[in-house]
Order: sequence, then C-alpha cells, then structure tokens
Amino acid sequence: MYSPEDTEMASTAGTLDSPVKQIQIEGMVVLKIIKHYQEEGQGSEVVQGVLLGLVVEDRLEITNCFPFPQHTEDDADFDEVQYQMEMMRSLRHVNIDHLHVGWYQSTYYGSFVSRALLDSQFSYQHAIEESVVLIYDPIKTGQGSLSLKAYRLTPKLMEICKEKDFTPEGLKKANIGFEHMFEEVPIVIRNSHLINVLMWELEDKSTVADKHELLNLSSSNHLEKSLQLLMDRVDDMSQDIVKFNTYSRNLSKQQQQKHQYLQRRQQENAQRQSRGEPQLPEEDINKMFKPPQPPPRMDTLLIAGQVNNYCQNVKEFTSQNLGKLFMAEALQGHN
Amino acid sequence: MSVFGPVVKIHPVVLASICDSYERRNEGASRVIGTLLGTIDKHSIEVTNCFSVPHNESEDEVAVDMEFAKNMYELHKRVSPTEVIIGWYATGFDITEHSVLIHEYYSREATNPIHLTADTALQSGKMNIRAYVRLAHLSVLCLKNSEGISECQYVFYSAQMGVPGKTVGVMFTPLSVKYIYYDTERIGVDLLQRTRMTPGRTKGLTSDLSQVAGSASRVQDMLTTVLAYIEDVLSGKVTADNSVGRFLMDLVNKVPTISAEDFENMLNSNINDLLMVTYLSNLTQAQIALNEKLVLL
Repeated sequence: MYSPEDTEMASTAGTLDSPVKQIQIEGMVVLKIIKHYQEEGQGSEVVQGVLLGLVVEDRLEITNCFPFPQHTEDDADFDEVQYQMEMMRSLRHVNIDHLHVGWYQSTYYGSFVSRALLDSQFSYQHAIEESVVLIYDPIKTGQGSLSLKAYRLTPKLMEICKEKDFTPEGLKKANIGFEHMFEEVPIVIRNSHLINVLMWELEDKSTVADKHELLNLSSSNHLEKSLQLLMDRVDDMSQDIVKFNTYSRNLSKQQQQKHQYLQRRQQENAQRQSRGEPQLPEEDINKMFKPPQPPPRMDTLLIAGQVNNYCQNVKEFTSQNLGKLFMAEALQGHN
Repeated sequence: MSVFGPVVKIHPVVLASICDSYERRNEGASRVIGTLLGTIDKHSIEVTNCFSVPHNESEDEVAVDMEFAKNMYELHKRVSPTEVIIGWYATGFDITEHSVLIHEYYSREATNPIHLTADTALQSGKMNIRAYVRLAHLSVLCLKNSEGISECQYVFYSAQMGVPGKTVGVMFTPLSVKYIYYDTERIGVDLLQRTRMTPGRTKGLTSDLSQVAGSASRVQDMLTTVLAYIEDVLSGKVTADNSVGRFLMDLVNKVPTISAEDFENMLNSNINDLLMVTYLSNLTQAQIALNEKLVLL
C-alpha cells in the first residue's frame, strides 16, 4: 500500500496534540464510496481510496475522495504514487481540497483487522496526525442501514508500531489489549444547502422504492457467513495460542536445563577443588543455551481484535433481529 | 427512428458532484462545466460519474482546458475501465452559444454526446435537471421546414437546421431523465435525506435497535395515513376508489395466516437461534479477554 510520505501535503495548522473527536463527512463522499464499491468491488475484493479534506478545530471534515485502481495488473507501486499525485494536482485546479486526511476501505462481513490495514494506517497516522481509516461495510448497508465507521490507532499502539517491538515483553510493557488497538471516532454527515435542495428534487422525482430492507426477517444467510468467519478466526487464534504455549514450555524446559547444567558445573568444580585440580572455566551459558525465539504477539493481538469485531457485529445483528421477531409476533397476534 | 432519443438514467452521485463543483467554482465564474462518464446501452444512457473541468467564459469567447479533461479521463479510466465519456454538463438554466462550441469539442470525444444542465442557481425556484442531445436523426418534417432539401434523406449526423450552405443552427432536443439507484445507493440517499430535517444539516449514524425502531415508525406513519384515508371513505367524505381498495385488500392479505401453534414454534426456534448465537459470541469475547490477561501475566 502506498505510503503518504511521498505526497506533497501542506501540514494542517500546527500540530494537534489531541486526536480528532468527530468526523464530518459530506454527503457526496458517502455516495462516491458506495458507488465505488458497487461498480468495482463485487466479490470479496476490497476497494480502497483516498479521503481529502481538512481539519477544523477538533473535527475532521472530509469533503472529497477518489478511488484507487485495483491491483489486478502487475503494475509497479510507482504507478500508484504517480496516479495519486496526478489526481491531487488536477483536483486542486478545480478548487477541491487536496489535503490528504485518510483513506477508506470496504470490508467483507467486518473482517478488516489485518496486518496490512495496521501498517497502512500506521504510516498514514505517522505522517498525518489526524488521519483516519473509514471502513465501509456494503453487506450491512445492503441490509438497510449505512454502515460506515471511522477508526484511528490509539497512541499506545502507535508507540508499539514505532518501536517494532512485538515480543510479549514489549507488549506487556505497553499494557495493551485488543480493545485498545483502535479507537472509533463518531461520524456525522453534513450536507450543504444546495445538496439539500437536490435531495428535495430527488424525493419528488424518484419513485418510492423499497426502503424497508431493514425490516426483512430472513437472517440465517448473513448469520451463517458471519459465524463461519468467526470460526475461522477462532481456529487461527487457537493455533497461535498453541504456538505460544510451545514457546513458553520450551522456555521453561530450557531454564531447567540451564539450572541443571549450572548445578552440575558447581558439583564438578567442588570435586575438582577437593582433588586439587584446576577448575573448569566458566563457559558462557548463553552461548550454549540459546533462548528460543519468542513468537511475535502482534498477530495474536490482531486476531483477537478481529474476533472481537465479529462478535460485536453478530450481537448487533441478533439484537436487531430479535426486535423484528417480536414485532412480527405482535402483528400475527392481531390476526 | 424516434426523435426522442434514449432515456438518460442518472445516479445521484453525479448530481451531488455537480452541486459540489458549483459551490467550489472560481470567483466570477457564473457556471461550471465538466465531463460526464458512464455507459451506453441501446435504449438508455447511464451516467455514473463525472468530474469538473476548469474553463473560462466571457462575453465573446470561451476556453476549456482540454488537456485537463483528457488527463482526468485517463485517471478515471484506470479505476473503472468500463466508463466512457458520454457527454458533458453545465450548471445554469439555459443553453448559450458557448454551449454549442463546447458541445462541438465533446462530439469529437464521444459519439453523440449528451448535454446535461442543472439549474444550481435555482432560477425557477427548483433545481431543474435536464438532458439534451443533438438530434442524430433528422425527421422529415424538419427537412421540409428548411428551404433547400439536402441530398441525403437519412441524416445520421447531428442535426443542422436552417438553409444549408448558409447560417447553420443546432437544435438541442430534450431527453427524458430518470434517476436510478443501486440498492445501497438508495439507502445512502435515504440517510442523506434525513439531514434536511436538522437545523445544522447534520446527521449522526445510528446503530442497533434504534434503526429498526426508526424503520418501524416510518411504516407506522404510512399506516396512519392509510387509516385516515379509510376513515374518510367510511364517513363518506371521500369517494371510494376501487383500485385503492384492491391495494388495501392485498395489504391485509399479506400477513400470512398461520396457525397459532405453528407460528409459535417458528418464532421460538428463531429466537432460540439468535439467543444461542449471542451467548456464543459473548463467550468468545470473554475467552479472548481472558487469554489476553493470561498472556500479559
């Protein structure tokens, strides 16, 4: 994924120490993101794009966006950089805000917590303090309500990524759990007056389409897929746990071996002393018993975060469906 | 050989972009123009994207940054290779002489481009969105009106009225415009429409049960309207309309008649499924939290 260090960007007014408290999106950006996924993202391919806007006090205003081409052909990364530069330059000519403030990505059933996302968001946030990643969930949107969430990395996670210290000790020092990886920023949609006029016009002219997808009772398909993904993740997690367990077992075994060796050494030395022979030199313990590599914990953290996300989504979904079922019961009861 | 031409289907994202570029126009510019991208079908033209093109307009001349337009089109083609230039748009109420020149340019880029006008200055109190095309086929009637009858009977080029060889005019024919949405777009537009109600023109995103509640209340509103109508009919205030009556009959019959026991069973099994899934996800969450704590010991 292309890194934003190469873009020419005017830094926003000073450096804001406090992160953004709210995101304000123009209606047009929402429509563009929806359209981009609809046209180019069928299947489980993620679609990505860049968000443009500016920062006002503690709000991040997103006023425009443009999509990224897919990685289908074997174009070098150089093309992406050039594409982005060209786009921003051209947009500047027509007075569109050309400041990079983040990026967006579509997701498949909520599975976006991955290494790639973490790396990209880290590089963005490192370069631009206030950047966010917008996650658009098209399947959830198709079920009746726009699902758009904005995430940032917590300062703690930024620290860790900077150090690149993913060992268990490192993570313990930072005291980070999977819940503290991402922080969600509330989103508000804002339309200018002209767009409002447009909305009135559209309401007039367009037929009352099926606006009630949200009240649809059939849920098993969606639930099945979500649970399937959840199970896969949990499997991954258990594998990871097994790895960690073997590591800690190896470590403790090695400790024991070291201990035994030292003891034997001491005994030998004591014997030799009694016999008057020179003592054996102290050998470097560490060279003999190389400590096993601690497995990186970042993946576990990511998987845990992802599992958490799935569970949240599932719970939200079930609560909605329970409501719908009770409504259906009420309706039936009057028959 | 219809004079009316194909139907133009517009996505709301195009109109929103046009409004946005109008708001961002340079000082002194009274209107903005831009390129329309989309796909062409036999009977319809679907407009799915657009971008604005800088241009300068004064009393006697007009200059369009064609280089820019070409560049932008290339960039857009990288993302969506299926979109082609199908025309151009301009804000404003009328078609001016400059429009003809710009249309000329676009005719070189696309076969028979369409011209979209959106009245963003709201001169007539509403935003009129119209689409035009230069006539591809010339009806015989038109031929007869111009003095000299040109040699070719079927004209497949853009229509030119007036006396051939002398001043040539161009006629723009209005096309019918429809708004078309993808499903997800519809839901997005729904949300955007709710910003009309709040004074700050903002709207947060809701989640969970409140969405279902919102949807249900909308249905309830609709039912109240229908009930009010029925009351009126019953009390004789409004004459009964048979077709409406048939719709009402459909509506009432939509609630399926299932025996209470069967329904009870279905309901319970569904509720059990959902509760079980909730329980399992809570369990999983507790599990990973526990794992976290153990690792950090």
